[in-house]
Amino acid sequence: MVMDPEMLFRDKIENEIKIEPKDWMPEAYRKTNIRQISQHAHSEIVGMLPEGNWITRAPSLKRKAILIAKVQDEGGHGLYLYSAAETLGMSREEMINDLHSGKAKYSSIFNYPTLTWADIGAIGWLVDGAAIMNQVMLTRTSYGPYARAMVRICKEESFHQRQGFEALLVLSRGTEAQKAMCQDAINRWWWPALMMFGPRDTESTNSDQSMKWKIKRKSNDELRQNFVDMIAEQIKTLGMTLPDPHLKWNEERKHYDFGEINWDEFWQVVKGNGPCNKQRLDARRKAWEEGEWVREAAEAYARKRVDKLKG
Amino acid sequence: MNLLRKFYYGDIPEDKSGAAVTGSASGHDWPLWEVFIRSKNGLEHKHAGSLHAADARMALENARDVYTRRMEGVSIWVVESKHITASNPEEAGELYEPAKDKVYRHPTFYELPDEVNHM
Ligand SMILES: [Fe+2]
Ligand SMILES: [Fe+2]
Repeated sequence: MVMDPEMLFRDKIENEIKIEPKDWMPEAYRKTNIRQISQHAHSEIVGMLPEGNWITRAPSLKRKAILIAKVQDEGGHGLYLYSAAETLGMSREEMINDLHSGKAKYSSIFNYPTLTWADIGAIGWLVDGAAIMNQVMLTRTSYGPYARAMVRICKEESFHQRQGFEALLVLSRGTEAQKAMCQDAINRWWWPALMMFGPRDTESTNSDQSMKWKIKRKSNDELRQNFVDMIAEQIKTLGMTLPDPHLKWNEERKHYDFGEINWDEFWQVVKGNGPCNKQRLDARRKAWEEGEWVREAAEAYARKRVDKLKG
Repeated sequence: MNLLRKFYYGDIPEDKSGAAVTGSASGHDWPLWEVFIRSKNGLEHKHAGSLHAADARMALENARDVYTRRMEGVSIWVVESKHITASNPEEAGELYEPAKDKVYRHPTFYELPDEVNHM
């Protein structure tokens, strides 16, 4: 009795059984996963740039060590995710080429500049905070290698958010200038962080294949609302404010109401016209090109050792 | 008209109009390695993930950097992925079905008097 592979696939999705690399899957499922996982990987890698910008200028040795560890984690996250995408049949090199050519996208949030030290705190708290909402959901995604990468990543993320919040906490209890710097960073990162969840659900096309395939399990607005509810409470501890006059607890909904996102800005940044799009891609390409001789030398060395063993 | 209607974080539609990239995408990657980690003595090595490296030494060093940053292991194995032979999921029926009807392999198959309750 042989079951139709498509039925078997649907059966697994239905019964919360993970899809594994060698299992039969619809081509569109494979493609959607490749696109999403590789984009996620690119986001981790490009995301190292805005924070890397402050490693040499961190205000103390302690903060520098923390920031290096965090940025190193993000590099690791990129690796876990590239590996997961590779199990679907796309090579690492193709993915990197697509990033460098501008074909593949990454999260728009990383196209904003890090102007002051407080931005590092704001990124950890808000940007990693928003990413965590998404990533916790993705630990239950239907593709096995993606879900496993997410479990590993989520274990490391909570340190990222906590160190960011703590850095802001120190500033919020500091001098007037430090407080102002803290508030300014929050003001600049708040709206872009909300944009990380993508367009509103009402903008969605009616059939949402990602949800049906259980690649995604919560809607953009649902995740965004969870995030707003969390941050609106946490900011009280900082004694700072969020730059939204419409932010208000809604007793009926048991959620915070909040203002409208600037969607024009959002689409501009997605399309490549954000403040740092060009700078980010240039930095990635430069690193890749300047590393070429290292990649080649390591390969040549490995070949030579194999030849030697053969005698 | 805006064709990019809906996406989630990490799922932005791709540009079809990306610029050409110099260099081909044909087998320039370093070999792929599978990484196995023993989390502490007394436990077996368990698959942790994979990575690219030029040789075994580099694979070990990279595995140390990416998979044991928080004391997750005391021992690492790396093996080039191409040396792993995997069973085919389509043969799952023939491979595992036959074990299903051998219920007598499980202790619960045997009903014993209550006096021997710790067997
Ligand atoms: Fe990350
Ligand atoms: Fe992070």
